[in-house]
Amino acid sequence: MAAPTASETTPSAGRGPMAPRPFRVLSRRQETEDTWTLALEPADGGPGPGFGPGQFNPGQFNPGQFNMIYAFGVGEVPISISGDPGGEGPLEHTVRAVGPVSAAICRAEPGAQLGVRGPFGSSWPLAGAAGRHVVIVAGGIGLAPLRPALLGALAGRDELAGLVLLCGGRSPSQLLYREELEAWREDSRLDLGVTVDSAEVGWDGDVGVVTTLIGAAPFDPANAVAFIVGPEVMMRFTVDALLDRGMDPADVHISIERNMKCAVTQCGRCQFGPTFACREGAVMSYAAIEPFFRTREV
Amino acid sequence: MRSIEDLVGELPTFAGLSPAQRELIAGCGSNRVFEAGEHLAREGDAADAFFVIRHGRVALELAASAKGALMISTLGEGAVVGWSWLFPPHRWSFDARALEQVRAVAFDGACLRGKCDADHELGYVLMRRFAAVMLERLQATRLQLLDVYGGPDGE
Repeated sequence: MAAPTASETTPSAGRGPMAPRPFRVLSRRQETEDTWTLALEPADGGPGPGFGPGQFNPGQFNPGQFNMIYAFGVGEVPISISGDPGGEGPLEHTVRAVGPVSAAICRAEPGAQLGVRGPFGSSWPLAGAAGRHVVIVAGGIGLAPLRPALLGALAGRDELAGLVLLCGGRSPSQLLYREELEAWREDSRLDLGVTVDSAEVGWDGDVGVVTTLIGAAPFDPANAVAFIVGPEVMMRFTVDALLDRGMDPADVHISIERNMKCAVTQCGRCQFGPTFACREGAVMSYAAIEPFFRTREV
Repeated sequence: MRSIEDLVGELPTFAGLSPAQRELIAGCGSNRVFEAGEHLAREGDAADAFFVIRHGRVALELAASAKGALMISTLGEGAVVGWSWLFPPHRWSFDARALEQVRAVAFDGACLRGKCDADHELGYVLMRRFAAVMLERLQATRLQLLDVYGGPDGE
């Protein structure tokens, strides 16, 4: 399967890739104690979905892409799109408050405005997954950038050999999209495994690291493609577990997070070996990055 | 109905053992069924057996007075429950509770220790298998202790 290429990067043109476009917060839903999902719509009266090339179009992104979200007067951070790639609804981002900018974004109430640049970056290779098993492994907030891939895979489920979602989290209360997780648990199109690092008695899921779910997950490693997002230490062990199971490194894809200021390869902050996370990534094939994935200085 | 020796041959823990070794091990085994909520073992009790899960899930739990019981780990089909039978003082360190109906093969610890003492090759092979299980659990526990989802990497 071919790795995503730089040509997939489609910065918001027309106004230039560095100019944010104002979006209005439609709704704000708390996911966990420090994480919110925001629904956004264009606030400038400009074009919505279906307008010309180069215009930002929240209805036209590829699963795995990200936007630069600007809290006016505070700063800008890259945030993966977490909404439905096939949906007509607003642009969705799930944001964890880990610093002043993301905290300001999380505080944005309905009616408030945020700046948006994007979408940027590569995407999960769903198009090449027909006839294969899709294995999605999410750790913590890593489920947010994988949600569009999962929703896309569910929409095209008839073309897949199988669909597996394995989620790891800190505790049951720290899991994202808990109502959706319950629905996915009942969805016969999907094999779901959920595990947490610790839980009190009464939790009906598993307890342990997410890699412990891989051995018994129902997929054919010779005919599978895997998408992984989570803390890098979790992704390293997940890659190892998938390769131990017999998967080809070219079929394992991960999303690389790096500090990023411009998202258009100008600032150099997201350089990852010979690549840029904003251009070749954030989604990259493990085969492509294997030579330097475990290099500590990278 | 399959014999214990047949079942031992199907358990991943004993994969690759010779027929003679499987026969020796099977001689210490018995079939057990635990209903949901029933305990396979309790913390502090004599660890005179270990289990290999054939069907169902088991939670390892630890009573913590302030928080009630905490789930340490869950184990599924093919997993080994317990290694305290190998080492003195042979006492369970955790509760092991069936989360659903569990079918397992239970192995008598004293019986198997006796056979390992008499047949060091069997003892070596079994010790390697259990060391691998312990290594896997230790590595998983280290990752859990890292709390990788708790610490933000920053913006």
